[in-house]
Amino acid sequence: MLEIQTLECVRDDRLLFSELSFSVAEAEVLQIEGPNGSGKTSLLRIICGLRLPEAGQVMWQGEPISSNREDYYANMVYIGHLPCIKADLTVLENVRSLLDTRSLTLSNVVIEAALAKVGLASYEDVPGKALSSGQRRRILLAFIELAQARLWILDEPLTALDVQGVALMESMILEHRQAGGSVVFTTHHGMQLDCDMRSVQLGSIKHQQQEN
Amino acid sequence: MLKAYYHLLIRDLRLALRNRHELANPLIFFVLVVTLFPLAVTPTPDALEAMAPGVIWVSALLAVLLSLDRLFKQDYDDGSLDQLMLSPNPLMILVLSKVTAHWLLTGLPLVIIAPLLGLFMSLPMEAVSVLIYSLLLGTPVLSLVGAIGVSLTVAVNRGGVLLSLIILPLYIPILIFGANAVDVASDGLPVTGQLLFLGAVLALAVSLAPLATSVALRITASR
Repeated sequence: MLEIQTLECVRDDRLLFSELSFSVAEAEVLQIEGPNGSGKTSLLRIICGLRLPEAGQVMWQGEPISSNREDYYANMVYIGHLPCIKADLTVLENVRSLLDTRSLTLSNVVIEAALAKVGLASYEDVPGKALSSGQRRRILLAFIELAQARLWILDEPLTALDVQGVALMESMILEHRQAGGSVVFTTHHGMQLDCDMRSVQLGSIKHQQQEN
Repeated sequence: MLKAYYHLLIRDLRLALRNRHELANPLIFFVLVVTLFPLAVTPTPDALEAMAPGVIWVSALLAVLLSLDRLFKQDYDDGSLDQLMLSPNPLMILVLSKVTAHWLLTGLPLVIIAPLLGLFMSLPMEAVSVLIYSLLLGTPVLSLVGAIGVSLTVAVNRGGVLLSLIILPLYIPILIFGANAVDVASDGLPVTGQLLFLGAVLALAVSLAPLATSVALRITASR
């Protein structure tokens, strides 16, 4: 589904990784591992097409993402470090405006069900500025749940989440995988996933791929 | 595609309406600068009429320039800009939507208040109507071209000076033709040429500026 071919990334004259190749199949969960500053976020942004690699390319369904952007973005959802939440919009409006970027118009009932699932039931009309940072992250969880994307790219999805939030994220990933979706993620928190999971190790110029 | 344009426009307008004090800033700036000139220079009607086109146009231009930051800064800071760039819709359309919202929130209020200021500055009636037309054609260009500059500088901390350096040279033709149209009209001469030029620049900017802005945004995101 997604294929990463001999990527190289340089940041501020520092080589973060080179000759990095791996692929993500359907119903596969892949963790990018590595210490701080090893280029995990840069790698995920390259995979999204937000950042251009110094060399190599990212292929979606056998085509480079730059020539296949529309189809790729319709099937991929990314959440990064930043919360994407507008302080002056209500929770419901925030989810709606995130879904609008994907041209998804869903009924209030569907959105409210997703909000209830992430623990934000009855918060629909609360403005973003009244939420804690964990609750803001939970809006993003509702967004990826509703995004109808086959590929999830999650950069530190557990940031600011409490124990129940972490468990929720884990169960969402497992559900997504069961439905045939794929997940690429990074985390410094322990994520206990009850499924086969591959990992890609960054941080040393040699990139090992391990099968767990 | 049209739906994406419309939804983003509504979101931006809604956000702005919930933050009204920010909305008033360029308008207050515009009115203050224009009303201070008669106090500082001279209040005689003849002198005012002579400098009115330039003063009003320069103030409008600076008011738009000061408000440009708002165009992408918030979306960049909270990560929404990434989500816009990951939209399956063409980024150009989304950029056009954001620029439309910016013009409706800054350019249009300037156009609406300008006739009043024109009368303050004792412009004749014909010149006031030309002032409206010239601002109506000119301010969208200021927003469109400004968007290119903002998209290049949004990632730079305190990029205001850089933004002015990039944008002002591109604003100068608009300023010259806009102010000149009003000036000529107050002498009772035809102004079709100037207005046609402004219209042509607007057509050019609508078709090309969103493209340039979306490319610049992709460059900014890939830093």
